[in-house]
Amino acid sequence: MSEGFEELCRVRPIARQGMITLRGDLSAKAVKNAVTGVAGVDMPSRREARHVGERAILWMSPDELAVLVPHEEAAVAAETMRSALAGIHALVADVSDARAHFRLEGDTIREVIAKLAPVDMSPAAMQPGMVRRTRFAQVAAGFWLRDEATAQVFCFRSVADYMSGLLRTAATPGSAVGYF
Amino acid sequence: MLLIDCPFCGKRTESEFAYGGPALAPRPDPAALTDAEWVDWLTVPPNPLGWVEERWWHARGCGAWLTLRRHTVTHEIAEVRHGR
Ligand SMILES: [Zn+2]
Repeated sequence: MSEGFEELCRVRPIARQGMITLRGDLSAKAVKNAVTGVAGVDMPSRREARHVGERAILWMSPDELAVLVPHEEAAVAAETMRSALAGIHALVADVSDARAHFRLEGDTIREVIAKLAPVDMSPAAMQPGMVRRTRFAQVAAGFWLRDEATAQVFCFRSVADYMSGLLRTAATPGSAVGYF
Repeated sequence: MLLIDCPFCGKRTESEFAYGGPALAPRPDPAALTDAEWVDWLTVPPNPLGWVEERWWHARGCGAWLTLRRHTVTHEIAEVRHGR
């Protein structure tokens, strides 16, 4: 065992993640149906993330959701949502290639995120199933805890290299603080 | 560091927000003002010791524009509301 020299958590870029932005009245039945229909997961409440495998719905703001589907399904899913919402004031955009996603895995994901984002990462405040839009050091980002030992972080693809460096630095072997 | 209680996101640090300037009186008709009054409205922000109303944008959060009442001496925030 090389204790103290292992990375605090595994940082893995998700090469291809389909992601569709929806803006509209989130209380409208047509919007809910369009989103849950293609995602195959339940509608999240405010500040919630619901996921099953690669599919998820993330609350992004009072009038915005992010819908995650496998990358190869994203274009068709966006089209399906668009036709389901024809005549309704809503916007659907396939942003799959404009975002970068990272998976953090390990027992110290709370600590790695807490080094980078102004978020209370205590288990009482940040729980699996909550989504958080914030910043990681200098760039806008969001994440949710898939479970106690798995987080998914996303940001603009233009800053993916920066984010990758940040996460790897925060997970540098021997840099554990042991706060949580 | 201010903690701003966004009505949608909860208490968030100032670094997730962008300052949007003072909540000014409604825009006057420039034709009805003297040049000095117009320049004053456009470029001279109120800067009292005490309570001010100002706009903050939750740029790295939900994206909402908020109006808050903040005390410029104590930094106490008395009210946060969505929009104007
Ligand atoms: Zn907010």
